[in-house]
Amino acid sequence: MTRPLPALPLRFQRAAAAGLLAAVLAIPALSGLTATPVLAQETPVKGGVLNSIVQPEPPTLMLGLNQQGPTQTVAGKIYQSLLTYDQKLNPMPSLAKSWTVSPDGLTYTFKLFENVTWHDGKPFTAKDVVFSTNVFLKEVHPRARAVFSRCESITAPDDYTVVFTLKEAFPAFLQSFEVSSAPMVPAHIYEGTDFRANPANATPIGTGPFKLKEWVKGSHIQLVRNDSYFKPGLPYLDGITFRVIPDAASRSLALESGQVQQTQYSDLEPFEVPRMKTHPNLAFSTKGYEFVAPMSWLEINHRVKPLDDKRFRKAIAYAIDRKFIRDKIWFGLGRIPTGPINSVVKFYDPKVTIYEPNLDKAKALLDEMGLKPDAKGVRATVKIMPMPYGETWTRLGEYLKQALGKVGIAVTLESTDAAGWSQRVANWDYEITTNFLYQYGDPALGVARTYISDNIRKGVLFTNTMGYSNPKVDALFAAGAREVDPAKRQTLYSEVQQILSDDLPVVWLLEMEFPTFLDKRVKNANTTAIGVNDTYEDVWLAAK
Amino acid sequence: MNANSSWVFWRAFARNKGAVLGLVILAGVLTLALFASVFFPGDPWDMATAPFQPPLSDGAPLGSDMLGRDIAAGIAHGARVSLLIGLTSTAAALAIGVTLGALAGFHGGWVDDAIMRFTELFQTIPNFVLAVVLVAIFTPSLTTIVAAIAIVSWPPLARLARGEFMSLRNREFVQAAITTGQSNSSIILRQILPNSLSPIIVSASLMVATAILLESSLSFLGLGDPNAMSWGYMIGAARTVIRQAWWMSFFPGLAIILTVLALNLVGEGLNDALNPKLARSRG
Repeated sequence: MTRPLPALPLRFQRAAAAGLLAAVLAIPALSGLTATPVLAQETPVKGGVLNSIVQPEPPTLMLGLNQQGPTQTVAGKIYQSLLTYDQKLNPMPSLAKSWTVSPDGLTYTFKLFENVTWHDGKPFTAKDVVFSTNVFLKEVHPRARAVFSRCESITAPDDYTVVFTLKEAFPAFLQSFEVSSAPMVPAHIYEGTDFRANPANATPIGTGPFKLKEWVKGSHIQLVRNDSYFKPGLPYLDGITFRVIPDAASRSLALESGQVQQTQYSDLEPFEVPRMKTHPNLAFSTKGYEFVAPMSWLEINHRVKPLDDKRFRKAIAYAIDRKFIRDKIWFGLGRIPTGPINSVVKFYDPKVTIYEPNLDKAKALLDEMGLKPDAKGVRATVKIMPMPYGETWTRLGEYLKQALGKVGIAVTLESTDAAGWSQRVANWDYEITTNFLYQYGDPALGVARTYISDNIRKGVLFTNTMGYSNPKVDALFAAGAREVDPAKRQTLYSEVQQILSDDLPVVWLLEMEFPTFLDKRVKNANTTAIGVNDTYEDVWLAAK
Repeated sequence: MNANSSWVFWRAFARNKGAVLGLVILAGVLTLALFASVFFPGDPWDMATAPFQPPLSDGAPLGSDMLGRDIAAGIAHGARVSLLIGLTSTAAALAIGVTLGALAGFHGGWVDDAIMRFTELFQTIPNFVLAVVLVAIFTPSLTTIVAAIAIVSWPPLARLARGEFMSLRNREFVQAAITTGQSNSSIILRQILPNSLSPIIVSASLMVATAILLESSLSFLGLGDPNAMSWGYMIGAARTVIRQAWWMSFFPGLAIILTVLALNLVGEGLNDALNPKLARSRG
């Protein structure tokens, strides 16, 4: 589970805030008149505190134990992994200064920076890497366990070299050293302890450019500069403060009024985005989410008739207008998907079966199945349970009901809360729902899991909960995960994308984009594939 | 009630100008609800026009919402849901409340004690909180919403009915009925109930208004039936875009205010007309 599950919306609070809103709004509008042009100044300056939002408040900052979105954004400044990635998903140094991969794709050798220390002053060495990947993460981190259990051995020939030997080639291995996928944790603190109950979890010790100074629950998390950071002169900032603002209207107000200089992920509701884009002091971007690359879809339970028939699923795909969904429900945030792989992820191939909105084709497919309209024009009845993740998903449910109704598929909407939704989807107790998953830069890491039949696991969320099974697809994904040659991998993944786009196990709705807003004074932020979750070691604040 | 007493009743009712106004508004809302499919054929959930059209624009006299749905059609079809829920949940609450109140008031003693302790149990829990919990547990649908509203609104009716029954229980006509050997159920239904109806009708009319408000609040919180267009849902959905589209929350809000106000005015008029003390003081 890597994304926050919001509680039922606290609209009482929001309603109260909305009242205040009108009164407070006048202030930024007036101050905008006196804003002076920002001077061109491109030499980084030291100092200043960056304010941002953390929403919802994370349960812990121990990134090895918890990888929810908000935890990643804050703890990404405290912890580091061996690598980070540019916005094309190419690996870049983080704690590893260089790395080599053997031609057979079985041995990965990482050279570490030599002057790195933990926040408590102890040196960071290869021993910590071996402990983190071979012991700690294997026990507490499901995604890392899946990756590192592919290793035959993980060894440290010397203090600054780590060698991973794989049982079989797995080229996605190099995409597995992002900070939330494999955070390095201090061996001298955790070795031999109960990891989940270690008291040090409350005071995270990492190697990153910022240290935790203070966490006032319900108010803010204050990070301060790590003066003994291994890169001389960095970080530039004195600190970063994340404010806890549970109310959506207050969050947009905090950004608008300059109280915070950065928002990310779902901090702002999509309908606020068009308005914020016009704010003169704010820079808008949807970059920096290439690593998570969320893809949303209509998840269809293949155990329910007539949903097991791919003609029915195709009829659904032809009946919905994804452009409408993107433009009117997500207010323009997102890209229209073609197939199972997000277009920013490696091995994406646009040459697949495309479903443009076409009501006649949809009706023809239903006719072909023998689903003729009855007196009321109804051919089939399905239940859709929209994700309980806020308004936007509710609107999507309402849209789907109307769109499918037009081709004679009558929809009953089911309401549920976050816990009920997880429970029902994990246990296959649904007909159609909406869902989105992160793809983590490589089809072997974030795409295969949804479609391979090995991963039909009752009770586990974010698996192949549809019950889709195609031996050809299983074989192609397995071969793709092992293939070292990128060109051959592309062939394998292109074929799987063609098959999936024709089988249509789910109906892909949107390559979701998250909005990042940064005050124009904030420089160098959001430059990698993990954007706001990166270390911010070289982020600096220009003078007002 | 013969023609003459109806006329007396109407004159007493019509003396309250507000009540007549309320009746007119209510009749308007009822007409709107009955003929919703005539005025606005088609599904109120359909995207009828472009999103965020302001009022008085083409195809959307009261504007359209973020998915291009016609607000006016939503209000007309929402009137059905609101009135339906208001009336059925009040009927259900009446059935529970009056039955229990009648039994408690008529029998007294340990029956009274038991029923009243049970009633108090419900009265100690805040109405709205209990309704939210009930709907959340039983997943929102028209039936669960009606049930939840009925379950939280019957206690005052039970208390009222009990009071009426207790005071009428010892009147001569009831004693006479007992001595003529009528059964308890016939005394309750034929003798006491008709004579205690006036205050019950008045509070029931007010309860319809409360039920409509409760349903709106539930829908506003996203706990409405996701398949039924209702005024509370419309406001709840509009809340977040209030700065872009004021009309989306304004018109459904107006509809709620007018309907609830009308029901209250009518209730007051009924009170004036049915309350014997007031009737006598008017001479």
